[in-house]
Amino acid sequence: MKRHLLSSADLSREEALLVLDTAKEMSSLARQSVRKLPALRGRTVVNLFFEDSTRTRISFEAAAKRLSADVINFSAKGSSVSKGESLKDTALTLQAMGADAVVIRHSSSGAAHRLAATDWIDAGVVNAGDGTHEHPTQALLDAYTLRRHLNDGTGDLAGKRITIVGDVLHSRVVRSNVLLLQTLGAEVTLAAPPTLFPVGVDAWPCEISYDLDEALVDRDAVMMLRVQRERMNASYFPSEREYSMRYGLDARRVALLADHAIVMHPGPMNRGMEISAEVADSDRSVIVEQVTNGVSVRMAVLYLLLGGQSEADPGDTGVGGEGR
Amino acid sequence: MSTSEPVATPEGHVVLDAEDMRRVLTRISHEIVEKSRGAQDLLLLGIPTRGVDLARRIGERIEQIEGVPVPVGSIDPTMYRDDLRRRPPRALQPTTIPATGIDDRIVVLVDDVLFSGRTVRAALDALNEFGRPRAVRLAVLIDRGHRDLPIRADHVGRNVTTNPEDVVSVSVAAVDGADSVVVTAGMPAPARVEEGTR
Repeated sequence: MKRHLLSSADLSREEALLVLDTAKEMSSLARQSVRKLPALRGRTVVNLFFEDSTRTRISFEAAAKRLSADVINFSAKGSSVSKGESLKDTALTLQAMGADAVVIRHSSSGAAHRLAATDWIDAGVVNAGDGTHEHPTQALLDAYTLRRHLNDGTGDLAGKRITIVGDVLHSRVVRSNVLLLQTLGAEVTLAAPPTLFPVGVDAWPCEISYDLDEALVDRDAVMMLRVQRERMNASYFPSEREYSMRYGLDARRVALLADHAIVMHPGPMNRGMEISAEVADSDRSVIVEQVTNGVSVRMAVLYLLLGGQSEADPGDTGVGGEGR
Repeated sequence: MSTSEPVATPEGHVVLDAEDMRRVLTRISHEIVEKSRGAQDLLLLGIPTRGVDLARRIGERIEQIEGVPVPVGSIDPTMYRDDLRRRPPRALQPTTIPATGIDDRIVVLVDDVLFSGRTVRAALDALNEFGRPRAVRLAVLIDRGHRDLPIRADHVGRNVTTNPEDVVSVSVAAVDGADSVVVTAGMPAPARVEEGTR
């Protein structure tokens, strides 16, 4: 495992499976009522959130605390950032405080990479969403959820057919998912109105469709994306009603999927817009489970990034422990 | 100890072959029952990877002897190790505590090789998370000496004299395809070293 998790593309198939397998053990311990594990005792994890987030921040906080790390929450609102402090000075401050890992969410694509690539900070960097670029832990928790339902919780996703629907243009979740699902061997189809595909999407390792019905037939899972109104600076579709009719998931469309198929959504949902309340609350929906799995997956990521000897730290060579 | 003369092979000394291992596990099973005066409150927890299979086999043997099913599980001490920070991150192994729970049970930890004792110490810490056993005992297939901590086994398959740098490789049928214990002198070959020596 590398020192940072910035992009799904950083993960080889083996590393991705290591995260998923580790998450599985974390979740199994939680089910056996082990609430607290000692692996990160004495380590400090900073949640650096420049953008509003509820579930991701809480999920990382819960994950770090269950591993006994100390957690410092930093949100841009009410901090020096609102007084005009730069990312660099914020990073230098965190460095001076001795952060071991920084979980960063930022509205600018590439912010996490910037933090990791400079010498501002020694800590491991976890990208918790940068602009419209990537959100790798979301992709990992989606892959974990898919694997649990479609492959008995083991191995990869070879041959599984997954359709991702909606606002591809503004979604960092979709980019991370396409990359990771391809690494794990799944076949991905993206379905959206032409206006909501980014330039260059034809070079992505996936199929593209403008017709949702056709893109749902016999699929093993469908992942709905939130229509990100806050990032929309122009009108991408005529009306919400039309979007909902052409690209919203309702019970009729769910019936097109394979019988064992699951319905996913990274949240927060716009009920009645991209997904009907009936589908969101149906037994095909694993949306609430995704949140639970998110904590296990983030525990796995933090454990693998911080739990062992860091590459930067010389010290013991690893030889001469108990075995040798 | 009833140590038979080690057989030298190019790969090292065979300390136990499959037949020896079967007999040793049978003896350990009898010892556990004798010491606990029956199998009533027994619970076996194997330390992954090979301890889990050894625990399962001892559990089956005890059931044959006493006619009482013995719950068997596994406990992964990885996150409780004192050398966690000194090595690259390790993959976690399954922890499965039987539904009976460990409270007021006689828990027998089962591992393949007892060396420094640090793994057992970590397993004792991990055990704390799940409750308070009436007693905790330790059964190991091989005790190779060189303890770093004040820990000893209650049930030992075979005491083997080793140098600290020797490698004890335990193979079990369920994981490796065959049962054997081999001691190799000097620096370990990279393959299959980790489990036998932890």
